[in-house]
Formats: sequence, structure tokens, C-alpha cells
Amino acid sequence: MILLSLYYEFFKTGLFSVGGGLATIPFLQHMGESTGWFQNSDLTTMIAVSESTPGPMGVNMATYVGYQTAGIAGAIVATLGLVTPSIIVILIVAGFLQKFRQNPVVEAVFCGLRPASTALIVAAGLSVAYSVFTVADMESTQSLSALNLPCIVLAVAIFVGLKWTPLKKLHPILFIAFAAVVGIVAQL
Amino acid sequence: MNLYFDLFFTFARIGVCTFGGGYAMLPILQREIVEKKQWATDAELTDYFAIGQCTPGVIAVNTATFVGYKHGGIFGGICATLGVVFPSLVIITVIAACLSNFSDYPVVQHALSGVNACVVALIASSVLKLGKGTLVNLFSWAIFVGVLLISVLVGISPAVLVIAAGLLGYLTLPVQKWKQRKEDKNP
Repeated sequence: MILLSLYYEFFKTGLFSVGGGLATIPFLQHMGESTGWFQNSDLTTMIAVSESTPGPMGVNMATYVGYQTAGIAGAIVATLGLVTPSIIVILIVAGFLQKFRQNPVVEAVFCGLRPASTALIVAAGLSVAYSVFTVADMESTQSLSALNLPCIVLAVAIFVGLKWTPLKKLHPILFIAFAAVVGIVAQL
Repeated sequence: MNLYFDLFFTFARIGVCTFGGGYAMLPILQREIVEKKQWATDAELTDYFAIGQCTPGVIAVNTATFVGYKHGGIFGGICATLGVVFPSLVIITVIAACLSNFSDYPVVQHALSGVNACVVALIASSVLKLGKGTLVNLFSWAIFVGVLLISVLVGISPAVLVIAAGLLGYLTLPVQKWKQRKEDKNP
């Protein structure tokens, strides 16, 4: 029975959280309060684990909550519940798009969507950059936090590497692994 | 049958390589889907991301369903989606079972700082590639700057911005038709 309600709760989360993993957090908060499966303080740990492991955040959260609530079966059921609405909605949209791809109205709408989508990616990148490149300085009275120079240097070095022809062809995961090692060695 | 396995394993690989949110998977998607498999173009990826912003669900999952559907129909969409969530299922279950305070280990935190710095560089490099295809005229630059400023300065939902940009695109339709007619008249 708990599996069924896990599926139902995560189906709802997947259906109503529009715009990516972070949008699931308010729903999870509500879920914790209404079902008693986990406390709000557990949620912080779940977010931290989801962010520090590979995989899309929303999916990681669902797996984590599902496992904590009902073991491995719970993890699977919660994840499937989260992705079911996406699959249904996207299959409908994709079917529609395939039919109307050449339609001038659809073309015109996409002329507006593409630059907007690019801008949102830049905005997301900037917010990651802000959180990585600054360190919260509790002692300083200024509201501006100090710059985290080693991280900036690492990011710039990797960016140059990504654009440098001999390294350009390498898979992005190699850069990620390299950065993780540098992070550990340099105690970033 | 082969195609479905291919979709599953390609997206499983993408799932393993993604850290953070859906946007962080863009560099990996460009590498695996656009350059290696040629299942989609850069422009199509941007479309999927835009649609993912205003449809329910996690963006990574939406993109997987899109690409899977395009190449393997409904079952392809399901295979790609299961592929992208599979690594999370395994990794998170193992961590939840064995390491209750995983994210508190200093090693994990240091590694993560490095990974996040790398993600910033990867996103920057991907955006430069994407921008070449999406920022092609004054109209697209205006939308880009407008959406960027609004989303950085005002905490407004991305879904609203995407819908507004789509409407603006729709409004250019008469201008495009007019241009088309002019070109037809003076070839």
C-alpha cells in the first residue's frame, strides 16, 4: 500500500513541478508534512546528497525519498512515479511537433523560444557561477561575499582546455573527473 | 531492438555524467547526442530545453523522452527515459543504504567544489556553441538580453518567460510573411 501512495505522491510532484529539479523541493516539503515519511531536516540531507551525486537532481531526490520510505522497491516506484507524467506529456507534445514542424506558426513561436531558452541556460550558469565563485564570509560586515579565487582559476583553466584544440575532443566527463581530483588535492 | 538498447545505454551514460540540474547535462548531451550519435541538432536541443521549461517534470527526463521518441517512437521515449534515471537509482540507493552522511565527508565536499567549477566552464562552453545557432538576428538578441536580465534581476518563473517569448515569436509572423511576399515579388 505504501508503494501505491509513494507512486501517487511522486506522480503528483512530477506533474506539477514545472521547470526542473529545484522546482520539486516545495512539493517534497509538503509531502513530508502530509505523510510523515520524512522531516524537513531530512530534506536538507536529501538535497545535499542529490546535488553531490551524478544524475538529474529531481530524479535523485525521488530515489532517495523512495528508498528511505520503502527500501529498494520504494526507490524504483518513486522514480517511476516522478517520470510518468513527463513521459506522457512529452510524448503528446513530441507527436504534435513532428506533425507541425514545418508549420509557419510553430516556426515563428520557436524563433522566440530559442533565444529565451539560451538566456535561461546562461542565467542558470550564472547562478551556479555565483555560488561556486564566492565564499560566504560570516565575519565581514559587508554584504558582498569574498571571491573564491582557486575555484575561479580552476574554472577558467578548464574553459581554456575545452576550447584548446588538442583537448577539445575529450569527453566532458574527463574534465569533470579532473576537476574533482583537483578539488580533493587542493582542498577547494 | 538494437536501437532501444542504444537509447537506454546512451542516456544511462548521460545520466552518470550529469551533476546538478538539467542544464548541467547540456554539454554531455551536445557531445553524445549531437556530435557522436547525431540524433538531434543543437537547435533541436534548445527547443527541447525551452519546452522542458514549461511542461511538467524534470528537464533531463523531458529531453530524454523527446530524443527517444524522435528515433524509436513511444517505446524509444520510454527506453531513453529509463536509461537516464537508471544510474541515479543505483547510485542513490547504494549511498542511502551504506553512507548515511555521504555529503558531510570533506573529500566529497572538496571534490564537489571542483566539479561545480568545472560545470560552470562546461556550461559556458556549451552556451557559446548554442548561441551561434540561436542568436542570429536583432530579434533573437533582444529576446535573449530581455529574458536574461529579467531572470537574473527578477525572480520570475522560467515557464512564464518561455511562454512570453513564444508569444513574441508568434507576433513576428506577419513581418515574416510580409518579407516572404516581398522576396517573392522581387526575386
